[in-house]
Amino acid sequence: MKHTETELLQIKNSISEMWVLVLSQLRNAKTALVTSDSDLARVVISLEKRVNAFELKIDSDCENYIALFSPVAIDLRLVLSILKINKTLERIGDFAEGIARFVLQTENMGTHEELLKLVRIDEMAGHVETMLEKTLNAFTEENSRQAGMVFSIDNEVDTIYRDDYELLAKYVVEHPADAFYVLLLATVLRKFERTGDHCNNLMEEIVFYLDAKVLKHQKKGKQE
Amino acid sequence: MKLEANNINFYYGDFQALKNINMTIEQNTVTAFIGPSGCGKSTFLRLFNRMNDLIPDTHLTGECLIGGQNIYDKNITVDELRKKVGMVFQKPNPFPKSIFENVAYGLRVNGVRDKKEIADTVEKSLRQAALWEEVKDKLKKSAYELSGGQQQRLCIARALAISPSVILMDEPASALDPISTSKIEELIFELKNSYTVVIVTHNMQQAARVSDKTGFFMLGELIEFDDTKKIFLNPQKEQTQNYITGRFG
Repeated sequence: MKHTETELLQIKNSISEMWVLVLSQLRNAKTALVTSDSDLARVVISLEKRVNAFELKIDSDCENYIALFSPVAIDLRLVLSILKINKTLERIGDFAEGIARFVLQTENMGTHEELLKLVRIDEMAGHVETMLEKTLNAFTEENSRQAGMVFSIDNEVDTIYRDDYELLAKYVVEHPADAFYVLLLATVLRKFERTGDHCNNLMEEIVFYLDAKVLKHQKKGKQE
Repeated sequence: MKLEANNINFYYGDFQALKNINMTIEQNTVTAFIGPSGCGKSTFLRLFNRMNDLIPDTHLTGECLIGGQNIYDKNITVDELRKKVGMVFQKPNPFPKSIFENVAYGLRVNGVRDKKEIADTVEKSLRQAALWEEVKDKLKKSAYELSGGQQQRLCIARALAISPSVILMDEPASALDPISTSKIEELIFELKNSYTVVIVTHNMQQAARVSDKTGFFMLGELIEFDDTKKIFLNPQKEQTQNYITGRFG
């Protein structure tokens, strides 16, 4: 392997490591949320620094690669994609941290198992986790065929999210004392929904890298 | 003027240097030919002003059209053709004459005698070649006193002076420093407003920077010919991708 390929492979390996870390952050944040595990939430918050460190390193590595090797064709598409994937993963890392902070913020507000079940948070988080995992596999296996599946899972996430707002509104009316908790929970649901959208963006970048196709700003039906 | 190559095959003795090349080069565009050494790109370029005619034991089949006319027709003379098609080579090759006379040479050879016309054309050509400001006060000095980059722009001015429609460039900046290279590239970009430019280059970034279309040659074949942006972002052939990403060989 030529040294230019080795350099690019190192960047690819770094982004894959970051992906694995962010996936683990998301999983742990979800577990901490549904099991009210404050200790696990603290672990997620402390590991957020590592996600940020990855972002800085990968940004710098990509800048150096472009400056030194003037990549073209698939190499250029890979570096451009990695720059965007890097930013997107960092945002998902922030969401995981935000969810973990919710766990700490609400640890003295009592358990709300019924409400969490009502808004299907476990299902929603599971979908998002699956999406992130599929994007990671698509990237490491250089296979964009699962794009359609990722986009369709996001449709399910969006459906749950839309239903949740009505459910939360009703719940607040019936349980006015929990209004503050419900407001905070709404932000967590929003984070999962946004993570789903970000997974779509990750998939779009993978399709651009592998197939040189631009899927951005197309209707979801078309993407599939 | 539009350039067309139809089913071009070219042989050096028994060796087939070009294999069934078909290509259309639109007027007022810059087209770059890239490919490894010995791939046939310079041979193909030189067909368009019949430079290969000078090489013994060569053989051409197919049609080579400029402005719709086959330049290998018997009624076309090389002298007439070269008024339409200027050429710039890898190494600057000014004549052992003054700067002025280098540019005026083509005009004089073509029978222009009017001193004012010659002076005006020399100035216009030197301006077009982005050299006028640097040489206007020393036109009578020897062309050899200029730097390599200036000499190359002088050769471009010399080619422009006879008002060609097509300019062929065979690695015009490969012997120049980055500043001179940048000037030549800027010049190529400007020239396409008035001329059809075809350039052979080993510098991939140069092809990407200056050309509208790029043709990738390998082992005498035209592997891919497309918009330069497409070639450098999403080439359709694996051989092209391997070459431009440095994975070739």
